[in-house]
Amino acid sequence: MKTGTIDLPKNNEKSTFNIGLVLTNMSKKIWDGLKPKSSSKVIFTNLFYVSLSILLFFMFWYFGAKALYNIEANALIEAARKEGGDAAALKTSQCIYSGDLACKPNALPSPADVWNAGKSLYKDHQVLAASKAKFYTDNSALNAQLKATGQKTMVYTGRSSFIDKALKSLFTVFAGVLLAMFIAIPIGILVGLNANIKSMFNWIIQIFKPVSPVVWFLLVYMIVKTMSKSINMDKSFMISLISVSLCSMWATLVNTSVGVASVDKDYINVANVLQLGFFKRIFKIIIPSAMPMIFTGLRVTVSVAWMVLIAIELLAQSPGLGSFVWEEFQNGANDSNSKIIFAMFVIGIIGFMLDKIMLAIQHSLSFTK
Amino acid sequence: MSEASVMTQPKAAANQFESINNVMLDIVDLKKVYPTPTGSYTVLENLQLQIQKEEFVTIIGHSGCGKTTLLSMIAGLNQISGGAIVLNGKPIIGPGPDRGVIFQSPSLMPWLSALENVMLGVDQVFSHASKKDRLAIAHYYLDKVGLYGDMQKKARELSQGMQQRVGIARAFALKPKVLLLDEPFGMLDSLTRGELQDVLLEVWNKEKITAIMITHDVDEAIFLADRVIMMTSGPSAQIGKIENILFERPRERKFIIEHDDYYHYRKSLIDFLEH
Repeated sequence: MKTGTIDLPKNNEKSTFNIGLVLTNMSKKIWDGLKPKSSSKVIFTNLFYVSLSILLFFMFWYFGAKALYNIEANALIEAARKEGGDAAALKTSQCIYSGDLACKPNALPSPADVWNAGKSLYKDHQVLAASKAKFYTDNSALNAQLKATGQKTMVYTGRSSFIDKALKSLFTVFAGVLLAMFIAIPIGILVGLNANIKSMFNWIIQIFKPVSPVVWFLLVYMIVKTMSKSINMDKSFMISLISVSLCSMWATLVNTSVGVASVDKDYINVANVLQLGFFKRIFKIIIPSAMPMIFTGLRVTVSVAWMVLIAIELLAQSPGLGSFVWEEFQNGANDSNSKIIFAMFVIGIIGFMLDKIMLAIQHSLSFTK
Repeated sequence: MSEASVMTQPKAAANQFESINNVMLDIVDLKKVYPTPTGSYTVLENLQLQIQKEEFVTIIGHSGCGKTTLLSMIAGLNQISGGAIVLNGKPIIGPGPDRGVIFQSPSLMPWLSALENVMLGVDQVFSHASKKDRLAIAHYYLDKVGLYGDMQKKARELSQGMQQRVGIARAFALKPKVLLLDEPFGMLDSLTRGELQDVLLEVWNKEKITAIMITHDVDEAIFLADRVIMMTSGPSAQIGKIENILFERPRERKFIIEHDDYYHYRKSLIDFLEH
């Protein structure tokens, strides 16, 4: 038996916080959370029904779109007949069924249309990316010169592609959630700790939580418009960023305060017996204990943020997916509708993935077995 | 000790005084009243108890008689309604690490490892010591409770019994003046309970920290204690009877169970409880 000072096995020597180890453990846990947990047979049955429902979904879409298309086509032909008689009607109908884009009826796009729109958006992205790359190679010498003399370098200001816009939206939502965290978590902790602070904040939470994203946007617009007079900033980005965080932070705020207020009495007793100081108590006991609740709130925040972002970008004219959808709708080109539906799928899939990631993080942080 | 050093060190003088009167914990006229919607409810009243240094005392009594209230008042986690609790010459005002508490549920932070749980207290109490020394303290006690190999495990990965071992290590590592145990083995199965009683006694025999333990288990009360305090049922619970357990230490379970006095003590306790 060992007594007094004990020689440690080498790998046990670090009781201190090892960020590398923590990150590896966490990523492993997140991966465990994302991995399917059921047996292969259950997965197979599950997969079968999911595929079946996807098939049914596309069939419904295909035939529905076809029916709507026929209504639009007939309306076009009838309109031509009224104006120019049977000859014009025949000409229109031939034009429509030849597949000529010029006289394509403007209806709900079919799955194939949406797929083609997606492909054309990708092609467009490649073209734009190439032109961007060319711009920078062409101007590399000039830029180096400008940089050396301490001047502003030249920046590509061309149109942004669909992928650029999706990335911009993701970046905005990430920054918005980060801002929401920095506002909501500290306030939530204070509200959860102290009943007086709670009564100070409670009315604000109750009144502003149900306010619509559009109204938040208008409020932020009023403030940022004035502030941008004295501070140089990307106005539309700032507006959408702040509006997104103001809309989405409430879930985190409420959950954090509940999590902090409901820390296990035993842990508080331990903290009292050890007479931990205020900050040690908060960072060693209260925050870790409230962490699962905080992340439940953050998960809601992320999904709300992504949902309202599209509407807010639309209003703020920030170059993201929201403004893409709105511009395509205003544009009214023959493949605009297809692009809108394609964007809808992209928005949905990104939202789904964000939620999955948050769920996995949430699971990795829960400390029950 | 020279006169000068006594003058400059009033603490040392106080220690001299205490060594004459060997009382670690003095409970005088203790009273606890809980307010309820239908009027106040007196849990404890006029309770007197003196506990000597290096004494192990168990408190036994029916559920709801105020044992846990008494212990949490000694721990400083519960307000006193009347009377006083004097620890080593000073009345208790609030909680503090000079009274190590082992709770009924292990109360470990599940997100910390066993070692980190012990270090949480050690860092706080021995804040002046070097990191290496503090680690050595934690390692020593985790080794003593048989968790040396498992100390990097998260508390949530440990079984109830192992978690309570960490709880024991955490309490002893603070080197408290008094150890307060609130039915620490109540949630364990009887085999694990026996194991942990042995672990507790083994560590305690080395440290001889004055200990007060609440239990429901008659055998546990006799096996561990120098004195068994039997409390009357509430309201206004008091100390009903005290039984001195005169077995020599270190104790061997087998020896004690086969001893004639054991049945005498057991009968005394059960008679009181069934009365």
